[in-house]
Amino acid sequence: MDFDALFSGLDRHTLDGITRGSIYALVALGYTMVYGVMKLINFAHSEVFMVGTWTVLGVYTVLGVSTGETLPVVIGATLLALLAAMIASAGTALAVERIAYRPLRKKGAPPLIFLITGIGCSLVLVELFGQVFEVLFGPPFGRVTVNIPSVLETKELFTIPGIDLTITNTRVIIIVGAIAMMMALDTFVNKSRLGRGVRAVAQDPDTASLMGVNQNRVIMLVFVLGGAMAGVAALLYTIQYDITKFDIGFIIGLKAFTAAVLGGIGNLRGALVGGLLLGIAEVYASTIWSSEWANVTAFVVLVVVLMFRPTGLLGESLGKARA
Amino acid sequence: MSQILDAYRGLKLRDRIAAAPNWARKVVLLLVVAFAFYLPFLNILPFAYIRTDLSSSGSDWASVLFLVVVYMIAAVGLNVVIGFAGLLDLGYVGFYALGAYSIALFGSPSSPVVESIQNRFGLSEEWAVPFAMCIPIAIAMSLTAGVILGAPTLRLRGDYLAIVTLGFGEIIRITARNLDGVTNGATGISGVPVPPGPEIDGRPFFNTVDAERWYWLALCILIVVVFLAFRLESSRVGRAWLAIREDEDAAAIMGVAAFKFKLWAFAIGAAVGGIAGLLFGSKQQYVEPNAFMVQLSFLFVAMVVIGGSGNVYGVLLGAFLLTYLPERFREFQEWRPFAFGVALVLVMILRPQGLVPSRRRAREFEDRRHEAEEAATDV
Repeated sequence: MDFDALFSGLDRHTLDGITRGSIYALVALGYTMVYGVMKLINFAHSEVFMVGTWTVLGVYTVLGVSTGETLPVVIGATLLALLAAMIASAGTALAVERIAYRPLRKKGAPPLIFLITGIGCSLVLVELFGQVFEVLFGPPFGRVTVNIPSVLETKELFTIPGIDLTITNTRVIIIVGAIAMMMALDTFVNKSRLGRGVRAVAQDPDTASLMGVNQNRVIMLVFVLGGAMAGVAALLYTIQYDITKFDIGFIIGLKAFTAAVLGGIGNLRGALVGGLLLGIAEVYASTIWSSEWANVTAFVVLVVVLMFRPTGLLGESLGKARA
Repeated sequence: MSQILDAYRGLKLRDRIAAAPNWARKVVLLLVVAFAFYLPFLNILPFAYIRTDLSSSGSDWASVLFLVVVYMIAAVGLNVVIGFAGLLDLGYVGFYALGAYSIALFGSPSSPVVESIQNRFGLSEEWAVPFAMCIPIAIAMSLTAGVILGAPTLRLRGDYLAIVTLGFGEIIRITARNLDGVTNGATGISGVPVPPGPEIDGRPFFNTVDAERWYWLALCILIVVVFLAFRLESSRVGRAWLAIREDEDAAAIMGVAAFKFKLWAFAIGAAVGGIAGLLFGSKQQYVEPNAFMVQLSFLFVAMVVIGGSGNVYGVLLGAFLLTYLPERFREFQEWRPFAFGVALVLVMILRPQGLVPSRRRAREFEDRRHEAEEAATDV
């Protein structure tokens, strides 16, 4: 128990928590949208994120960029990596839907079966990077942590006077980027024609299909959007931590799911609130105890939320996400 | 006689078994059990090819058999949760670990818990909780964990349970690794006690060399557990589970206390997992947190689901295949998780009822498929 460490650096830890939380929130969007439309936890979503981080590494390797490039190159490489990660993650999410979920939906399988195929897909994706690709292509694939060149170097931007809090460029990019993506998604779901279809299916699938909404297309759209958000999260993650590994998805997925439940699963804004709160709670907890216990925090939060407010802080339902 | 034989022809294997006279089924069952007890010494060609120690790099055959049976016990326990009650438990390794850790913490003279008891009551350094007492402790610990974990989550939708249990499995491992003062952290606990027995050839009856004795012990426990599972399935509780699994709302209207029975399933499954873990820890005589990775939970789920959830025989087959095959073909060990993933997806899509399904489950799936098809043509 070390409360001094927490209070002496409260501002720093809060900023740390918000940074982490933004990434969780972006991943949580994928869980929350799929849950809102299909009432299903997409277990393979954590691996969709993992594929994104590897794509970033792939783009950097192909371009041959590393630390210390000129500004235009840095911006170009990062944007290209962002685009590639979004496409790769969205593609993976779509593939998971086609292979693991669609055949089951046709058969009207019980929900349990969806979870199990999801786990199967998750295992396959993890092992692709941990085992299959290593045999086929050799390093960097395999069961080790891989460094990603920090193309976007951390630079101090300014210091907030009075509390002496230094703001770096990477933090600004992560927090602003994450919130901007979420606002874009929120606007899309609430304002656009396609978004209206998503909300309609979330509210009542049968009535929606009677009104001419193509349910399969909406489900695909949801997987693509969730995957793309996970791709953004993957790029932001690599900017902050500069690493990837074949199994990084597991723990981030668990936390992102907790964030989604905390905010109210099926609720887009809930994902943001849940993600930020969870990120902060986790950093505080790891300062007070030790970083080993950070992962336990998420789980405790999850159980407490389920016990006292199972609908989450902002309430469930993508269908009613108008307000 | 020939009439009986004629009636038999054209029947499926399963119907033949069902149609066979009671004494014949009992004799066959006894023969199977006797053969299982004989397995460690199996040396008749061509059957001996199933042994795992044919090449010098192979694993000890009796130890593999022991592991198969321990996983079978765990799978039968998990089947109560997944197959009977229809709840997805992804943290089963947590209960397995709790069982192994209870016997290590209370039974090993060198565990921090036992040492503090020794100091407080002035006992000798040799003292530890006797093996027989560790069994109820292990069962009580995993049962309690099951109730604590199930109580807040079982009232909610089933898929929440999956993710909470998934987290639970990891928490147990992280806690075991970080609570240095209680569990010795990553170093683990050695000197885990073995069941008492007469000394043979100057060695204790249960030792690290003669694995077949461990195998026989585990097999006896497995037989008891399987027997209990069958009795449970056809009991009032079993019927309640069936009703909840098929339609929880309808069951609740008919007066089935869904939450209570789900909690029972969860707790019973947890207790059986604890027993399996206890056996494992005792045989190893050493317990460390890395033996309880989350992948083991997925392995257990895969055993139940691929074998045929709800059918004890199917689950036994699933546990056998998924434990035995990787040991027999050790050179592909690294591919094991990948193969599990592919197998899970393929089996669930092509044969969601599993390899050896329970009849009732297979019919449930068939029903649902028809309903889905009808719904599709209606629109």
